[in-house]
Amino acid sequence: MGAFLQRTLDAIADPFFWQDLLAQGVLGVYNGATYAILSLGLAVIFGLLNIINFTHGAQYMMGAFGAWLLLQFLGVNYWVALIVVPIVVGASGIVIERLLLKHLYKLDHLYGLLLTFGLALIIQGLFRNEFGVSGVNYGRVPELSGSLDLGFMIMPIYRLWVVAIALAVCLGTWFVIERTKLGAYLRAGTENPALVQAFGINVPRMITLTYGAGVGLAAFAGVLAAPISQVAPLMGADLIIVVFAVVVIGGMGSIMGSIVTGFGLGIIEGFTKFFYAEASNVVIFVIMAIVLLVKPAGLFGRTN
Amino acid sequence: MAQRIDTMPAGADQLGTTGMPRHQVAALAAMVAFFALAPYVLAATPFGYPIFLMKVMCFALFACAFNLLLGYVGLLSFGHAAYFGMASYASGHAAKVWGFPPELAILFGTGVAAALGLAFGWLAIRRQGIYFAMITLALAQLVYFFSNQAPFTGGEDGIQAIPRGRLLGMIDLLPDMAMYYFVMAVFIGGFLLIYRIVHSPFGNVLKAIRENEPRAVSLGYRVDHYKLAAFVLSAALAGLAGATKAIVFRLASLTDVLWTMSGEVVLMTLVGGLGTVFGPVIGAFTIVTMQNTLAHLGDWVTITQGLIFVACVMLFRRGIVGEIGRIIRKPL
Repeated sequence: MGAFLQRTLDAIADPFFWQDLLAQGVLGVYNGATYAILSLGLAVIFGLLNIINFTHGAQYMMGAFGAWLLLQFLGVNYWVALIVVPIVVGASGIVIERLLLKHLYKLDHLYGLLLTFGLALIIQGLFRNEFGVSGVNYGRVPELSGSLDLGFMIMPIYRLWVVAIALAVCLGTWFVIERTKLGAYLRAGTENPALVQAFGINVPRMITLTYGAGVGLAAFAGVLAAPISQVAPLMGADLIIVVFAVVVIGGMGSIMGSIVTGFGLGIIEGFTKFFYAEASNVVIFVIMAIVLLVKPAGLFGRTN
Repeated sequence: MAQRIDTMPAGADQLGTTGMPRHQVAALAAMVAFFALAPYVLAATPFGYPIFLMKVMCFALFACAFNLLLGYVGLLSFGHAAYFGMASYASGHAAKVWGFPPELAILFGTGVAAALGLAFGWLAIRRQGIYFAMITLALAQLVYFFSNQAPFTGGEDGIQAIPRGRLLGMIDLLPDMAMYYFVMAVFIGGFLLIYRIVHSPFGNVLKAIRENEPRAVSLGYRVDHYKLAAFVLSAALAGLAGATKAIVFRLASLTDVLWTMSGEVVLMTLVGGLGTVFGPVIGAFTIVTMQNTLAHLGDWVTITQGLIFVACVMLFRRGIVGEIGRIIRKPL
């Protein structure tokens, strides 16, 4: 801890200190983008289905593998994969919802968690059996390779793209849910499904499509991750636990809350990497513990 | 209000003043006889192998401890590997580096797990239901990363060649059969302790919280105190199982603190029957047997575990013992 303090004091005096700090923060935004998309999907699913989708991490992984499989066997490029893969993986989610999840809505929430955990084990096991633990490499996206000199850092264009598109997707989701008629039905369905059904809205279909859309978001994040991370069967397994912590910190009541929390925690994680790298993979869990002490319902959560 | 988890209806498993019901005494006697005699009677089969049976008993105790929380208070902890694994490290370190005798090493491990359970339980009971599960999972992941980096855990290698030592300075535990009956004593002791807790007035309050928490609050119970006490007991007993396991296998490793271990104990309890007395034992036996049988197939162990999860949730929510109890109309 003394060394840490010394390092901090030395660093502040260093002219490159603020530059490097800013660079880490900007890189952190990239992780934050992933957290935001994934926690958004979890929140949307939880809102209507009352289920925490433990399969989310596996579906994120399926997105990355989907992109790789399309490129490898059909020669389909990144841009097409970005559209096709979320739809296909989302459709697989719809099958899961119709076959399995829909039978659990009247039961305790915990069963949804246990079922989706089991599904995650099956999916991850099958992929590991097929592709091995270390997985495959997607390679670069030609149109997005290279980097940009921002003055204080060299920013890979691909990461910039991920942050931009993730922000766009998050805000688009927010817009659909908070500002459109469809979103109004969704929000009403979250509050009181029976009443919405009485108004002639097909709530079961809405639930099915919502699950598909949430899963599609996870797959989208997976496609985005494919070119810059190892495409491996367990790539989503640890990530989903971090995203759970993000969701606990933000609370699942608010869509904008999920987005802000996701990006914010990514940035904090980036800064931590700079100050004390050993703590960077636990900082979000520590923040979760602090938030539980100070505001148990979460930053944007409603008290239950 | 959604239907609560499928357990025995409240009241069906009241002990009252009459002590353990006769059919449960019979089941307990059968279980004790099985573990006492299996190494001899089943010596020719894989089920008579002492190491296998010791593994079953350690995991059975772990699952019983977990069941205390999920089956009787309705709290799903998805991070019980943290207590199991940290106790395993603590007892391994105490026995190997500090030269503690086995009984003290195990007690130390149990104490560490209880302390950890107190800290984590205190945080986690601030939220309910699904959030409780996510919080316990996240806190357990914190423990995993800590174990991965802390110097005393040995990182990827774990703590190896932990000495089994001499029990009370007298009995050498190195021979498997000596170790075996010590493990059996720990397991049966832990099992009876959990039985006693569940069927005490304290246990009845826990079940009341499981059935209807607002009502328990309105009756004047300090629900949070009861939940925390149950959490600490469950963590400590999970720790007892982990600490014993470290001495038996002479190994404490990262596998013990990983989230997959948390998932396994959930699965064992679910397969055997949530909120049943003997379910976790049957569940542990089933899952350990499955793991041993399929071990050579690698990833198929994980896939099979996933399939069992799905099958249990969709078709078989009472679990093996819960179904038997329903058929004979007596809680087991």
